[in-house]
Amino acid sequence: MLPTIAFYLFSGIAVGSGLMMISARNPVHSVLYLILAFFSSAGLFVLLGAEFLAMLLVVVYVGAVAVLFLFVVMMLDIDFVQLRQGMMQNLPASATVGLILLAELILAFTARNGAGETAEKIAEAAPMAEQTANTNALGQVIYTDYFFMFQTAGLILLVAMIGAIVLTLRHREGVRRQNISEQVNRDPKEAVVLTNPRPGQGL
Amino acid sequence: METIKVIDSLHASLDLALPEVIMALGAMALMMYGVFRGEKSFSAVSWGAFGLIVVTGLSVMDLAANDITVRTIGFSGAFVVEPFSIFLKYLILAGSGAAVLMAMDFMKREKLARFEYPVLVVLATLGMMIMVSANDLISLYMGLELQSLALYVLAAFNRDSLRSTESGLKYFVLGAVSSGLLLYGCSLLYGFTGTTNFDALAKVAAGDLSGSAQMGLIFGITFLLAGLAFKISAVPFHMWTPDVYEGSPTPVVAFFAAAPKIAAMGLFIRVTVGLFPVSEGVEQPWQQIVVFVAIASMVLGAFAAIGQTNIKRLMAYSSIGHMGYALVGLSAGTKEGVDGVLLYMLIYLFTVTGVFVCILAMRRKEGMVEHISDLAGMSQNHKIGAFVLSMLFFSLAGIPPLAGFWGKLFVFLPAIQAGYILLVVIGALASVVSAFYYLRIVKIIYFDEPEGAFQPQPMALRLILAVSAIFTLGLTLFLQVPREWTSFAAGSLF
Repeated sequence: MLPTIAFYLFSGIAVGSGLMMISARNPVHSVLYLILAFFSSAGLFVLLGAEFLAMLLVVVYVGAVAVLFLFVVMMLDIDFVQLRQGMMQNLPASATVGLILLAELILAFTARNGAGETAEKIAEAAPMAEQTANTNALGQVIYTDYFFMFQTAGLILLVAMIGAIVLTLRHREGVRRQNISEQVNRDPKEAVVLTNPRPGQGL
Repeated sequence: METIKVIDSLHASLDLALPEVIMALGAMALMMYGVFRGEKSFSAVSWGAFGLIVVTGLSVMDLAANDITVRTIGFSGAFVVEPFSIFLKYLILAGSGAAVLMAMDFMKREKLARFEYPVLVVLATLGMMIMVSANDLISLYMGLELQSLALYVLAAFNRDSLRSTESGLKYFVLGAVSSGLLLYGCSLLYGFTGTTNFDALAKVAAGDLSGSAQMGLIFGITFLLAGLAFKISAVPFHMWTPDVYEGSPTPVVAFFAAAPKIAAMGLFIRVTVGLFPVSEGVEQPWQQIVVFVAIASMVLGAFAAIGQTNIKRLMAYSSIGHMGYALVGLSAGTKEGVDGVLLYMLIYLFTVTGVFVCILAMRRKEGMVEHISDLAGMSQNHKIGAFVLSMLFFSLAGIPPLAGFWGKLFVFLPAIQAGYILLVVIGALASVVSAFYYLRIVKIIYFDEPEGAFQPQPMALRLILAVSAIFTLGLTLFLQVPREWTSFAAGSLF
């Protein structure tokens, strides 16, 4: 009973805040609704028994991505009202695409229920939820069975980093950079000059 | 007779992936060298990258010499090495090595000489090698993303040029959409079979499935192929190609034109023939998709190129058409068909690299020129260059006895044997149409009023052009050598 109530509560909030996110007038409110949607999805993950994914969602998406969005939205000077002008014109096309996607999803899920033979295989592949905790189960495979993919993922992140630097870093002339070793190695003999000015004359 | 060798230990798996390991470590070492030496290190890092590619090639050769004649699977099923992937790795490494050499002079002249270029090319190459060795949906995606991310950055490498940044952004956004399609397909395949491993997927697909599960698999493979069709720029997922080709720096385009297409074509073959083998007389659903994509690409490639004035845009449409021809061989779904595709990709790599060396040579005192009309009367000033370029275009048009003819012949023959007569007829007609715009360039080179000489080329580029020209011209004499090699490679998939 309680899980059912929790499920409807979480999914209701997730859908509602998702709708509010795309219809809110103020972009900052949109991001806040997005965060709410993330939180309720995390709740749904907990209900599914995937507590590690739930925590990951909160830490990565709420903690990093959404807060970054918030900053970007507040920093950028975009006229969102103007951006939204085209919405009514694009509505028919986007509604059609959405309907097609919905139909496909329904088709896929009905087919899924009919496919009894795959249920066993999925049960086989999934880690034993009742015996090991999520985090444990992930830790057991990520450096063994999925070692290759894990390392490749690291390389992808490296490429993303190189790319960001290549495309944005500029060494501008005349910018004073802090050079710690230069600062530490400064010699008082060269940096400080002792003078003995007479009263009333100055330097 | 299919035999699979499975390697259990991580240590032995690493031996299997030794070329990839060398490449990854080498890329990081080159990057560190570049970072500490600063902007002046472009030449050193470029030569280092070229050396790294050669060493990786030697290590692939070593692997091939160690009797890898059957599917050898490592990393708990994520990674596979067989003659098929080894052959594709050679092609990819050849394409990347040429791309590194071709860029050196150009980048220095255009003030783009930053050491990240060779590093990114090496990392993209690594992604392609992982792609062709993928034996799991996850490693497929990982390799694809590693390759694509590096390519997006390379497309926008000339960040001060509006067209280059635009092409990078366009490529990135459309590439992200295609990755989304591909992932949707992967998730459907996983949902209906309960596994991401290709061997297990093939087993499930070959077994007795209910109608609805069959339906789900078709959905999954369709989305997967849509994502891959984007990477080989096949119609209807070709929209990015002309703009990206036109906007990106020319050596980057030369890289785009060959190696990534070869890697994606390898994946295309692996997820179609590898996962859903064609048995006698029963048509697999993916064959209809491949037939449609092949027809659409050949026809669009032939007609849309006619009106182009920019030679890079023209080459973009030409590459769309050529991917269509290559897919004709795949549509048969037989060993001979895959054999033909591999031969086609080999010939395409050599020809297209040669053409791009010539495009790089289109440089006057005031800078690079890219218009087809700039080639006018090239035969007056550069006799050899004009001859080689015309020959390469004849080869692209598929005129015997040049290499391109054999490529087309060996993709059309298996399709005829498999009963796709209409497909082959359309392909032949499209190749007649495309011959028009190739021949128009030859006419401009030989019969138009001269426009003025081009600047001389550096030695490395002349060498690449010479190799490409000799291959294209002389393939007929030693056709048996690559034929044996490709049929050995294709045989390891069946």
